[in-house]
Amino acid sequence: MRYLPLTGDDRRAMLAAIGAPSIEALFCDVPADCLLDAPIAGLPGHASEMAVERHLAGLAARNLTAGAAPFFLGAGAYRHHIPASVDHLIQRGEFLTAYTPYQPEIAQGTLQVLFEFQTQVARLYGTDVANASMYDGSTACWEAIAMAGRITRRKRAVLSGGLHPHYTAVAQSMARFTGDELHALAPALVAAPDDDAVIAAIDGETACVIVQYPDVLGRIPDLARIAAAAQATGALLVAVVTEPVALGLLESPGALGADIVVGEGQALGVGLQFGGPYLGLFGCREKFLRQMPGRLCGETVDAEGRRGFVLTLSTREQHIRREKATSNICTNSGLCALAFSIHMSLLGGEGLARLAEANHLRARQTAAALAELPGVTILNESYFNEFTILLESDSRGIVRALADRGVLGGVSLGRLYADAHGLSNALLVAASEMTSEEDITALCKALGEILTQVPA
Amino acid sequence: MNAPNRAGWRPEIAADPCEDRAPPTASGNRALALEEPLIFELGAAGKCGLDVEPVPGEVLPALAKFRRRAPVALPGLTEPEVMRHYTRLSRQNYAIDLGPFPLGSCTMKHNPRLDEKLARLAGFADIHPLQPRQSVEGAFEAIAQLADWLLALTGMASVALSPKAGAHGELCGLLCIRAALEARGDPRAVILVPESAHGTNPATAAFAGYRVENIPATAAGRVDLAALTARLGPDVAAVMITNPNTCGLFEPDMKTISQAAHAAGAFVYCDGANFNAIVGRVRPGDLGVDAMHINLHKTFSTPHGGGGPGSGPVVLSAALAPFAPLPLVRRDAAGHATLIEEEDAADTAPDSFGRMTAFHGQMGMFTRALAYILSHGADGLRAVSGDAVLNANYVLRALEDVLDAPFAGSGPCMHEALFSDAGMAEGFSTLDIAKGLIDEGYHPMTVYFPLVVHGAMLVEPTETESRAGLDGFIASLRSLAERGRAGDPALKTAPHYAPRRRLDETLAARKPVLVWKER
Repeated sequence: MRYLPLTGDDRRAMLAAIGAPSIEALFCDVPADCLLDAPIAGLPGHASEMAVERHLAGLAARNLTAGAAPFFLGAGAYRHHIPASVDHLIQRGEFLTAYTPYQPEIAQGTLQVLFEFQTQVARLYGTDVANASMYDGSTACWEAIAMAGRITRRKRAVLSGGLHPHYTAVAQSMARFTGDELHALAPALVAAPDDDAVIAAIDGETACVIVQYPDVLGRIPDLARIAAAAQATGALLVAVVTEPVALGLLESPGALGADIVVGEGQALGVGLQFGGPYLGLFGCREKFLRQMPGRLCGETVDAEGRRGFVLTLSTREQHIRREKATSNICTNSGLCALAFSIHMSLLGGEGLARLAEANHLRARQTAAALAELPGVTILNESYFNEFTILLESDSRGIVRALADRGVLGGVSLGRLYADAHGLSNALLVAASEMTSEEDITALCKALGEILTQVPA
Repeated sequence: MNAPNRAGWRPEIAADPCEDRAPPTASGNRALALEEPLIFELGAAGKCGLDVEPVPGEVLPALAKFRRRAPVALPGLTEPEVMRHYTRLSRQNYAIDLGPFPLGSCTMKHNPRLDEKLARLAGFADIHPLQPRQSVEGAFEAIAQLADWLLALTGMASVALSPKAGAHGELCGLLCIRAALEARGDPRAVILVPESAHGTNPATAAFAGYRVENIPATAAGRVDLAALTARLGPDVAAVMITNPNTCGLFEPDMKTISQAAHAAGAFVYCDGANFNAIVGRVRPGDLGVDAMHINLHKTFSTPHGGGGPGSGPVVLSAALAPFAPLPLVRRDAAGHATLIEEEDAADTAPDSFGRMTAFHGQMGMFTRALAYILSHGADGLRAVSGDAVLNANYVLRALEDVLDAPFAGSGPCMHEALFSDAGMAEGFSTLDIAKGLIDEGYHPMTVYFPLVVHGAMLVEPTETESRAGLDGFIASLRSLAERGRAGDPALKTAPHYAPRRRLDETLAARKPVLVWKER
């Protein structure tokens, strides 16, 4: 077995050194009726590198990859070009095979990266501080709701109908058990986001309002207006950003008054990966620092006065505070944070602005081309790189028919909102800098054919 | 150990005037020990390491009032600067690729590079979680194959794959338990947690809305069975047990605990962080466990990446299986791997407690773990636990004469060896031993955990250390133990040779500086 360095001679010598007759004898504390005396029957034995590669490559070949098709999916996971240097650097063994930096003297590489990452996230979000990452955007969103409850000592949260339905579902799963009251607004297929309904739902018991920016249908809510309304009653505004590239073009949520900003960082450096691992981003005002979940890296000095970095404020965390911790999170998304940070270092603020503009303009071209098709209506009055189109029949069937033609054409709202039948004719379409004019032409051609074949 | 030079030849050089003390350098560097500024000190606004292709057109007029007035205030770096920055930083990290990383309860084993290669196949890495099902059947089949293995290895009924890490898996298990109790109209408020448990256990129980009560350990390092059974009652929802436990010992009463818990109407949660000790030899299902998370980033060697990502699938008993979160991949009667999410759940998973995360879980970790499992096979995985336990016992017996091993008399340990700081000279502690190990070229063991032992040192060598590698580690730890017993003052100021000396953690916490600011 190529990964096990002990030889038969080693094992014999080591057993002699510890005075045990066999390896099996070391398991003497296991009740005999629970101890297996041979490899589990019915499972294959060890396999060569070549055989394993052949097997998994066979499974991979059964999937239609985004790169092999005109591709227009978004809805919380975005396909962008990842510079070659990102994957090269994150595969350096000193990053890839290190643990959480509990021994700072020999983990300054990871710690300095986290400090730089926190600064990048805080500046992107327009917040005072940011943490060293969460699992993903959806779990970061629930953590923000829980944190707002601790700060305001209130148990009610208002969720915009523009919040990604999976994020709403995660919050609902948790709230069912924690006793938090979630007031989740229903999504509606209208051109503008539901700012008025969100503001109307705020009352004196509200801990926070959760608003996605841009929202799941691609519309852009007026965060400043919602922040003012929330803060007037002592509630916090939690802004959720599922597409960080949007902030290259749009004002930062923190600058618009959001108290906590959370989101998904996958779009920069991480890749689609069928949904994970992704990267939760979490920023907030400095005055809420001690209520934050997750790890924080801070600057300090060593015994010779040199600058160095450590994990800090760990009295908030589970390994110190146990049941009184602000969160149970331990392992987070360190390597994805590194990938994000490298991509962001390559871009810089001006590169991000150029990237964002390219995304927006590709989306505008896509929308303009789709609007030419009979039976297609563009819903949005505003959008960044993703928008909603209205069709005349259930978009799930159309998505499948597009895939049959080798086009990955978008995300059907019928799939995202299984029980809201009024939404099922709508389709989310995302574009990015990777979208080519040929892709747009192919989408329109395939969709046009399908729409003329399937009368409404 | 220096590189061998058996002839003893030395180059002729003039007498070194700085023989006792290395001279300072103008740069602060010391040859290959390179200092590195922050990107904010290196980069410049307007610089960029990417050539973004321009797209013709104009920004949507409706965006005008949302448009940012200036770019995000972040410096850019060109590619050569980026490569150098991160390569230099990487060299300030210790890693499993450099040497043993014996962090107890963390299972830092070798990360096979085949697994990295296969996770990066476009067919896994470049697919979207919401693609139409017909276009990702290979992905569902890969997930189903991993699930098949996890169920066979644990003897459980079902597995929920979406949890993102161990603590998220604990949460998943407890939410399944809560949903099951509520479904039978018997909500309960208390979770019993042994005091030797990982900090995530009580934190998770509280996060899931439960009250936590601690159960003491016996002098032999096991759960106090009498105290636990005495506390069972109609208010206890579950018992959370780590097995093998954090003292490095198997809980021989596990089946009795499960039977007693079930008789009292409670469920049994097992923290699977230490599954590496028993994989291929003990199936938790045979011990009466109802839910257990498996850290794919421990037992199945997906890389830790400096703090994640992890992956924490949860295996479930038949009693809890109906409550597993969405989405799920299940095999249908014909063996076809099928996705179940909200639109199908009413028929196929009506009791699911809902979603824990946006998509399917850590697919990138699933493919790595599947490659690892297929490489080892049933025989190789059994050899993994055997060698992991052998290596730990070898360390335990080699050092028990110089380091206090509080449970050495309890028989063999499992995959980790536990020592305490008893016998150190006045003023010397576990921290000094740990920092001394850094100078010796090793990552320290887990320190001050579990809490049930004073100055705990928990050593988990894993199966991927060679005998010669272990002998080197043992020799270093022996030397440090002797220096600690003798009160060697140089140990108090270790590390001397790391990129940084001891760091001021009090200052960091008292005046937190968490983001860079221009001075």
